[in-house]
Amino acid sequence: MREGAREAILGRLRAARRGEDGAAPSDFAVVREKRWPEAERLPRLRRLMEAAHAEFLEATGESWPSAVRDLLVEAGARNVMVGAGSAVEARLAEAWSGLPGGPELLRYDRPVEELKGVLFGSVDAGLTTCEGGLAETGSLVVVPTPEEPRLLSLVPPIHLVLLDPATVRDGLWQLLAEPRFANGMPPNALLISGPSKTADIEQTLAYGVHGPKRLVVVVVPGGATPSRGS
Amino acid sequence: MGADGAPPPGAGAHGFRARATAALGDPQVRANFRRAMDGLMAKRAALFADPAEWRAMRALGASIRARTLARLPELLERLEERCRANGIEVHWAETTAEANEVVLDLLRARGATRVVKGKSMVSEEMHLNDFLEAHGVESLESDLGEYVIQLDGETPSHIIMPAIHKDRQQIARLFGRKIRDAAYSEDVDELTATARRVLRRKFEEADAGISGVNCAVAETGTLVLIENEGNGRMSTHVPPLHVALMGLEKVVERLEDVPPLLSLLTRSATGQLVTTYVNMISGPRSPGEKDGPREVHLVVLDNGRSRIYEDEELAVTLRCIRCGACMNHCPVYTRVGGHAYDAVYPGPIGKVLTPQMEGVDRRHELPHASSLCGACAEVCPVEIPITRLLVRLRAEASTRRVGSTVLGAGGARSGGEALSWRLWKRAFGSPGAYRLVSWLATRLGRLPVPRLGPLRAWTSVRTAPRPARRSLHELAREKGVPDA
Ligand code: SF4
Repeated sequence: MREGAREAILGRLRAARRGEDGAAPSDFAVVREKRWPEAERLPRLRRLMEAAHAEFLEATGESWPSAVRDLLVEAGARNVMVGAGSAVEARLAEAWSGLPGGPELLRYDRPVEELKGVLFGSVDAGLTTCEGGLAETGSLVVVPTPEEPRLLSLVPPIHLVLLDPATVRDGLWQLLAEPRFANGMPPNALLISGPSKTADIEQTLAYGVHGPKRLVVVVVPGGATPSRGS
Repeated sequence: MGADGAPPPGAGAHGFRARATAALGDPQVRANFRRAMDGLMAKRAALFADPAEWRAMRALGASIRARTLARLPELLERLEERCRANGIEVHWAETTAEANEVVLDLLRARGATRVVKGKSMVSEEMHLNDFLEAHGVESLESDLGEYVIQLDGETPSHIIMPAIHKDRQQIARLFGRKIRDAAYSEDVDELTATARRVLRRKFEEADAGISGVNCAVAETGTLVLIENEGNGRMSTHVPPLHVALMGLEKVVERLEDVPPLLSLLTRSATGQLVTTYVNMISGPRSPGEKDGPREVHLVVLDNGRSRIYEDEELAVTLRCIRCGACMNHCPVYTRVGGHAYDAVYPGPIGKVLTPQMEGVDRRHELPHASSLCGACAEVCPVEIPITRLLVRLRAEASTRRVGSTVLGAGGARSGGEALSWRLWKRAFGSPGAYRLVSWLATRLGRLPVPRLGPLRAWTSVRTAPRPARRSLHELAREKGVPDA
């Protein structure tokens, strides 16, 4: 029966086809024209994301490891997890080595099956990079990789993201037209526009319902690991 | 008699009329919906403040959906091919029963007994939770609103905000009753924290995650899911198996079609420029990745959609992107609430979709539960002419037309109504009969008529018309109008 389902469904649809009526190309001008001068993109992204309860931290290529450390200490975070083997990990390990106390640096270095207990039970913060931002909607473009797994930006209660202002684009339409996506989508690509939230009870906003309670965007002009970048 | 022999759910004391009357008398239901709809309408309006931009976006949204429907069979085949190439297995189901079996087989083959679910209206069509529970699988809704109503054994009353009919006191009492060691609180943050505590454990332990799909891109084999809570990402990324459910109309042609549709969807639904998460899934965990599901399966459900597609006028129903704006703006929905419709999809789109899926004979009340004010069609981001479809379905329910593809067509035809129209035709079909009828109406129409049966129902909310003392013809003749 199920064998035949596909043919039965497609057969009915094919039989009902009424030619190419309505198949005219769409006019995308209204989305194509939504653009912002470079100088306005980061401020717009920041305004929109702050309205969605994201926090911003201004830093430099030099200072971001200590800015992140201060924030974590203030938040009472016992630790922060980063992608194992990432440039970010190396940079933090180097910058934090020898400093007394402070958050412990954890590495996402095993398949999730072996890490679930730790990830759900004791990781207080996750730190990731991102591919850039979108000015139109105030979103971060996060593409998980083997080095920076998917759950790093989802399970820990605090998610910190390093953002290079030069990578803030216009909108999702412009992003998806880039060869990086148009020529083959990665297994997972995300837009993240704030901490997890719900309005399911009386339309009252509550944050941190399942995912991160805090989303902290660390703005690093020139990128977080420029010397190690490609 | 219903399409499957069951008694019509719309009929009798338990029909829409009775449920609507009960809801209208319930101040709690009225207040909860009024507050919610006012809020949603205001937020939507703020994001479509520029009329030119709205018109252009809406025309684009309609054109994308029209183009999709014009090429629907090819796009579905392309989607299947691209998904397979990406490692996503595709399954087809003609009925909800078949879809349930597909899901159960997938779970059983992997020994999965604990499932977490993201929000999916298709799973509501399937009554998937009940089905899985009956087969020994725990199926837990993880969207906060869905979680609340599942705890209370209810169904959604809105397609975007499923627990909109409840206020915080009702939810506080429910949590106190159903969740162990939940301290009683009416504070929204504390209620949310309680749900978080319960559900995080469930995400961690789940053997499988089930989700819906907001759109699926044929060109790239990408499933797009949007949400604010993160429960969708938890359900699709934490467990080793992800099963995505979609109605066959959810496909779009190209990646570039996605951004305008998402923008129209979130702005229309909740007045958001974007949701917290846009999750684009184009495959399972790839070699080297440390997390993500090892398997991703896509179930494509028909459940009457291909039949809707056969009718040229009604096929436009399948443009719907499930934003819920039509219900938020509907004067009927706002007053009677979602449960009065006794349907998976309530409100204007539900009045169009439900009779087509379940039969116009069984659900003939629904297309009539409208004043045809047109507010729904005005806000619909993909230009579905909902009022025109309602009128068409009213006609389909009561006429037997050769070649109609509508399920249950003609099944709500009533002998009395048919007789009235036959008499009407007679009276208006010959000058002699017409003169006689108008003479009788003008002379006798003012006599008190016993208000019985349909006359009573009709005049209970309307003033009965009072015929003039003399007909227009008579007056014209007196004035010497020739041929009168
Ligand atoms: S019919 Fe239109 S307004 Fe109603 S849910 Fe569908 S897309 Fe939204």
